Amino acid sequence: MTKRNLIDNISSKWMIVCLSFFLLLPVAIATGLVLKSEDLLSAHSLSDLIFSSDWSPSEGQFGFWPFILSSLWVTIIALIISMPLCLLAAIYLSQFAPKWVLEFMRPVIDILAGIPSVVYGVWGVLVVVPFVGETVAPFFNNESLGYSILAGALVLSVMSIPYILNMLLEVFRQVPIQLGEASLALGATKWETIKHVYVRKGATGILSAYGLGFSKALGETIAVMMVIGNVVQEPASVFDAGYPLPALIANNYGEMMSIPSYDSALMFGSLLLFVIILVINIVFRYLIYKSEEK
Amino acid sequence: MTLRRKWEETFFRVLSAAVALIVVLVLAHIIYTIISKGFSALSWEILSQEPKGGFYMGGGGGILNAIAGSFYLAIGASLLAFVVSLPVALFINIYLIRYSRLLIGIRFFLDVLWGIPSIVYGAFAFTIMIYFGLRNSLGAGIVTVGALIAPIMIRAMDEVLKTIPIGLQEASYALGSTKTETAYKIFFKRALPGFATAVLLAFGRGIGDAASVLFTAGYTDHVPRNLSDPTATLPLSIYFQLGSPIEAVQQRAYAAAIILTIIVLVISITARVLNKGKNKKKFKTFIASKRKKAKA
Repeated sequence: MTKRNLIDNISSKWMIVCLSFFLLLPVAIATGLVLKSEDLLSAHSLSDLIFSSDWSPSEGQFGFWPFILSSLWVTIIALIISMPLCLLAAIYLSQFAPKWVLEFMRPVIDILAGIPSVVYGVWGVLVVVPFVGETVAPFFNNESLGYSILAGALVLSVMSIPYILNMLLEVFRQVPIQLGEASLALGATKWETIKHVYVRKGATGILSAYGLGFSKALGETIAVMMVIGNVVQEPASVFDAGYPLPALIANNYGEMMSIPSYDSALMFGSLLLFVIILVINIVFRYLIYKSEEK
Repeated sequence: MTLRRKWEETFFRVLSAAVALIVVLVLAHIIYTIISKGFSALSWEILSQEPKGGFYMGGGGGILNAIAGSFYLAIGASLLAFVVSLPVALFINIYLIRYSRLLIGIRFFLDVLWGIPSIVYGAFAFTIMIYFGLRNSLGAGIVTVGALIAPIMIRAMDEVLKTIPIGLQEASYALGSTKTETAYKIFFKRALPGFATAVLLAFGRGIGDAASVLFTAGYTDHVPRNLSDPTATLPLSIYFQLGSPIEAVQQRAYAAAIILTIIVLVISITARVLNKGKNKKKFKTFIASKRKKAKA
């Protein structure tokens, strides 16, 4: 008996240790990144770091604005492309399509969501970059190598489709079927029912799916880095090359030890990314929980 | 008015179908591109050899370093994540089952943790490694990727454990079991097929992640022999070789891409097949066999 109790005691302690590890992980990440970026923060003001465009690490100038701007451009354009596509596809699959189509598509979407981002990157280099460089840019009378904000946004929008679509299907699945039937019984067409009942009822869920998609896209590294060109500049058009924050961190880790405060700057970049994404995640996850509670 | 409504209906019906079709076609095109480009680049040499001299100038050899490295890394990370995820998943479903607000809070927290991008994990792990003076290594990669995939694993296990009826737990206590015995002898066995799915999903995520291993696992032309060796991985092998201007090197990036895609596809399809309907069946046979034993 005592041996059993002893095992029980040790095992439950171990469980608590494991759980505490995960509870403390984000705190540890935040603390570590803040401590590392303190160097930089003590030498420059926060608004200087964020809004200055002067990026010359060897002279001690660290302006993050070009990177922040690139990140925002590429993520927002990606979302603008994928938002209506996802919504319409979700509406078709969950409302109009025969049941077997949905049953078939659900695992397919799941599997596509699991494809590594580097594979999307390869597709981007092979297909999207030439498409932008040879077809889209000349069409708008623009010279572009193809490695551009637009290419990054296209790849990113395709990547985020399975992720967002999955959440949207879940949103529509949770709308009580009686609501839809009541609307149909009152003489509304199927589309009117979707528009006035399903979309309205699922509005919070749809918004959250977009929000989480945004945060996912913002943190995406390797696929975007492969097609966006990585040139430090404030992009003036979608055909210019950009240099988003995650790419900055990933590209420069090798040389960051050789230039003073460069490592501190990269960790400040990670911290920015971490804080922004954490806040977005908390807000939209909270919205989801609230809407499920009802 | 009626005509307008009818047109609107038809218009959106067709539009949404077209969009769904486009989405499917684009995603199919990705798979097609990877397979058609990669298939011709595949050869036994690429699968079975380490890079030889002048490899990155188009010399001979293969990407065995990256294939083996990726497997070592993903298997190690999945094992590590399993060891810490299992107690957490069992803990919240057995010890915290009565504290529903806390339970919701923890699930919420794990979902948020899932959203942190892998580049942040990589950067954070790298600062820790510098602090302790550690080099790029297989071990560091395993720990980083393990931490990255653990939240996914916990939530997937949690979803399985959630479905176990509370009566099973009460019955176990009524027979005098401790919580630990209930957790590992009843819940663990009962949820085993679901756990296999959880581990496979996390493994698939781990093997495909590039941003977290970039800083931590490093890159090398050799298959690692122990945990302190640096290790190559398939995503980085694709990334580095695709950036080369030399055609032969790019070809090997395509080969690496098709290998990675196939590995991930096989894993996620297996995970789904394992998961499908097996839980219910297993429980019924479990109960039936217990009844038989009780009768005999």
